Amino acid sequence: MPLSLVQRRVRTFLEQLGELSQLIGEAIASLRHQRPSWRDFIDQLYFVGVKSQSVVITTGAATGMVLCAQTFFQFHKVKMDTATGAVVSVGMSSELGPVLAGLMLTARVGAAMAAELGTMKVTEQIDALRTLATHPVDYLVVPRLLAAVVAGPLLTAEAIVVGIAASYMVGVNLLGIEGAYYLAYINRYTEPHDVVIGLIKATWFGGIIAMISCYKGLTCPQGAEGVGRATTEAVVAASITILISNFFLTLFLTRLFN
Amino acid sequence: MIEVRNLWKAFGSQPVLRGTSMRIEKGEAVVIIGRSGGGKSVLLKHLIALLQADQGQVIIEGQNLCELNERQLLRVRRKFGMLFQMAALFDSLTVYENVNFVLRRERKHTEAEMRRLVAEALEMVELPGIEQKKPAELSGGMRKRVGLARAIVYRPEIVLYDEPTTGLDPIAGARIDSLIRRVWEHLHVTSIAVTHDMPSARRISDRILMLHEGVIYADGKTGDILGSSDPIIHNFVNGIPTVRPSATAATALNPTDF
Repeated sequence: MPLSLVQRRVRTFLEQLGELSQLIGEAIASLRHQRPSWRDFIDQLYFVGVKSQSVVITTGAATGMVLCAQTFFQFHKVKMDTATGAVVSVGMSSELGPVLAGLMLTARVGAAMAAELGTMKVTEQIDALRTLATHPVDYLVVPRLLAAVVAGPLLTAEAIVVGIAASYMVGVNLLGIEGAYYLAYINRYTEPHDVVIGLIKATWFGGIIAMISCYKGLTCPQGAEGVGRATTEAVVAASITILISNFFLTLFLTRLFN
Repeated sequence: MIEVRNLWKAFGSQPVLRGTSMRIEKGEAVVIIGRSGGGKSVLLKHLIALLQADQGQVIIEGQNLCELNERQLLRVRRKFGMLFQMAALFDSLTVYENVNFVLRRERKHTEAEMRRLVAEALEMVELPGIEQKKPAELSGGMRKRVGLARAIVYRPEIVLYDEPTTGLDPIAGARIDSLIRRVWEHLHVTSIAVTHDMPSARRISDRILMLHEGVIYADGKTGDILGSSDPIIHNFVNGIPTVRPSATAATALNPTDF
């Protein structure tokens, strides 16, 4: 009996999930048995971390500013202007910082990873690697995974700091909140675990971006259209996974730390 | 010694290899000929386990590649060098980094030794002094010669060539052929090429296997195969199209058509 469209989609999804799990297993096995190339890791860290800074800083600053303004407009009605800093700080640290940095990394780094590996696949460069006695996971996936897992929390920390600093500038210099109170409320209501939760999420998101993008690139269909489709699918799948997993991580980590 | 036993491979519902069997002795220079899309490259990729057979065995020096996993295959593949149809150079690396790829990953040689070995390999393919160029700066013929240098720099025992002269002008093609012959003579490798370029097959082989409808249809000395009177071999070697009787009447051109 022919499968319905829904059944086919579910089957494809489960097959891809299985293949992705296998790839993650291969990457973990590679880390256990093979010393990763330091040079490849540094190259990837430069690409993922250093070159993503401008986009992450801009996103962090813009988010901090708009969050400050919107919170102030609402809190001002109930004479709670000085609490604005606390809302921005907690929101940036545990939610907006990691999620927005993750989404920006997905767009910049995940797309590039999927497109690069996809192009290597369709031009037989992946096959060439294998003939040169090199496992594609060792050479292509592991350095990207390590770089994303290291760069993710660092970039998120940067986005959080820049976001809070930008909100201070807007709140104090533009909206007229008293600076000392602004900082005092940040200090009073932001717990260390808010930042820790944000950084744990960012590490997880880095792993998701690298693994999904590498998987989509390595399984790219033939031709230029295939590379385009793999890149789009990588960005969509990683973004959705970040957003959904963020909800469950928030529930789990908040209960863990409280 | 390389032995293929009853190899079957299909892509979807399209069978490509239908019980192919062959045997190649150490040190032979063999060419596999056959029509485009007839499975020559598929057969070649099975010899180095880039493709998994549906059924059958590929035995390299007593080891059945079909029973090995990807990591176990890496050790076997160290015996092989392969020149791809479009060279498959790593386009993010320089010529030096491409040719030095295996040597660098093996970590067995000093920097000076690696430089010497790469220079020797490039000298052998008549491309000295281009170490710092990127693949994008090279012509098609030069890319293939760099691909050949990359395939032989670590002294493999078996060199595979996938359509080595495709896309090259006759002079560049003849040059590649002379390099293939030189590699075979000087490095004492087993040389296996797939091609439908008959002048090339004549120059680089001592023995020809003809793949036809998924099986080895003919196997003999180069001169015998190229001079064969068997209609299938003769028509292929001399480029005489086989016209299906039913198609003749419908598609035959009339002198008045011109």
